[in-house]
Amino acid sequence: MALNQFLLLAAFLFAVGAYGVITRRHTVLVLASVELMLTAVNLNLVAFGAFNNDPVGQVFALFVLTIAAAEVGVGLAIVLLIYRNLRSSDPDDVDVLKG
Amino acid sequence: MILGVAASLVAHNPRIDWFGIAPEGTLVATAVAVLLLDLVMPRRDSWQTSRLASVGVLVSLGFVVALYERHGGTTPMFGGAYVVDNYAIALKGFFLVVAYVTILLAVDYIGEGDYYQGEFYFLLLTSVLGMTVMTSARDLITIFVALETISIPTYVLAGYRKHDRRSNEAALKYYLIGAISSAFMLYGMSLIYGVTNSTLLSDISDKVGQTGHGKVLAVAIFLSLIGFAFKVSAVPFHWWAPDTYEGAPTPVTAFLSVASKAGGFVAMLNIIFFGFSNRSNVWWVVAWLLAILSMTLGNLTALRQTNIVRMLAYSSIAQGGFMLVPFAAYGIARDHGHLSVAQTSFQAVVIYLLIYGAMNLGAFGCVIAVARRTRSADIEGYGGLFTTSPALTVCLSMFLASLTGIPPLAGWFAKFVMFRSAIDAGGWAGTSLAIVAGVNSVIAAYYYLNVVRTMWFKAPATEAGPVQVPSALGFSIALCTVLVLAIGVYPQLVGHIGDLAAKAASVATGS
Repeated sequence: MALNQFLLLAAFLFAVGAYGVITRRHTVLVLASVELMLTAVNLNLVAFGAFNNDPVGQVFALFVLTIAAAEVGVGLAIVLLIYRNLRSSDPDDVDVLKG
Repeated sequence: MILGVAASLVAHNPRIDWFGIAPEGTLVATAVAVLLLDLVMPRRDSWQTSRLASVGVLVSLGFVVALYERHGGTTPMFGGAYVVDNYAIALKGFFLVVAYVTILLAVDYIGEGDYYQGEFYFLLLTSVLGMTVMTSARDLITIFVALETISIPTYVLAGYRKHDRRSNEAALKYYLIGAISSAFMLYGMSLIYGVTNSTLLSDISDKVGQTGHGKVLAVAIFLSLIGFAFKVSAVPFHWWAPDTYEGAPTPVTAFLSVASKAGGFVAMLNIIFFGFSNRSNVWWVVAWLLAILSMTLGNLTALRQTNIVRMLAYSSIAQGGFMLVPFAAYGIARDHGHLSVAQTSFQAVVIYLLIYGAMNLGAFGCVIAVARRTRSADIEGYGGLFTTSPALTVCLSMFLASLTGIPPLAGWFAKFVMFRSAIDAGGWAGTSLAIVAGVNSVIAAYYYLNVVRTMWFKAPATEAGPVQVPSALGFSIALCTVLVLAIGVYPQLVGHIGDLAAKAASVATGS
């Protein structure tokens, strides 16, 4: 297996995630797209680590996984809070602040 | 097999300088103690947690001072991933002072509203812990962990007024932008790791200096800088900042605009000066563009704001642009081969951060005080403030004049070192930076001094008594006032800190 295949897959995943972040209207789907971008990062790290015979890549990927989980926890809490106050989780409805 | 693993663990047992990480240890212990205290305290006594939190921050600050007294040298830990040098110590001190002032700003605001108090201080301390770790981080993983430790608690803090839609919106926007920017930054970091096969900034610096992998490295550096540009709200990645600043509780806004932004800048200092300095041709254009756009757009948009918190938000974007100037200057100079500018530009960023912290926290303190009476942040409501609360008016005028950069207030020295770095860099790029910064300082004077004019000369909108300033808030405003005056009259105070930091950094970068 060549390194390039993993890198191309990761780049594709990252691009799909970035596209989702821009186009999705639902906050939970935006979060899912961010997760897709982070998956690309992890794939990159693990592939580089394996290719270079260096464990640091995997360690980095573990840190990314752990912290992403914590981050999504906070994100879902915020989404839930907004849903309770607003009965909607469309970012377009959250538009009190302007200027 | 197991014995072998155990033996290798013993052999690689990292040498930990416990005294070196005492400030962080104190913060962790205090954060946990605050949560536990909140658990056992009855609800009406939970304001006590603020006391515990501030004592913990002061003890931590004591350790930082002791560390400074101990030696001048650097203590690398974990194979160089975590370094306690004079630069780290200076900025740790800065963040802890900011944390102390923020607690003072928040104590009455949080105590009077219907908020959970213990959790507020817990989240604040956790975020500060991330900042103190960031000052010592010399490794991509450590930088990432520190940045998330700074950010995740602040997402919650921004939404702390749970039943207020504006606060919800502030939290959501801040969270989404934070998560997306982390993803971009991490993708950049993963590519850097792939090319250099190391996450240590010192190794990266060496390998980046060698030729090859030009395009991959350019993309990697660009992506990670975009991640940091979001964090420091540099134009064009700034649009979340005014909404988040306006919607969040005002003490949190003060914390975000000073500490969180400074955390982003410290991360940029680490990664640019210690990691990417040998590829300045890639990033100086990015830093140059971000600096010019942030200064110009931040100031022009601030001109037409009627809400003082929004105005301060755009002003902090513009101030962030001023802080980006030395970065660009360093890159330009490096590209021309003037290595000596490295010291002055590093020093300029550190000094600007310290001074900006004092004056911006002070300004937000005054805004919080005035909002206690008017319950709004409209600039119109500041009319005639001088007749009702002269002391507060004088303080706020001083902070705004300092943000403008009028001597003898601290702001002039920050502007001075910033201009010096741009002019030292030279060339068309350095000169254009200095010119744009100069024009912007004049634009900024208009909207800062407009508020001053409203306070001193306009008639009050409504009949109102003097603003009641609680003692903690009053003390924090007084502290900032003293700092702004003292630094302005005797700039060597921060100049010395800047020197120490730049020397420590030049040892690390070898330039």
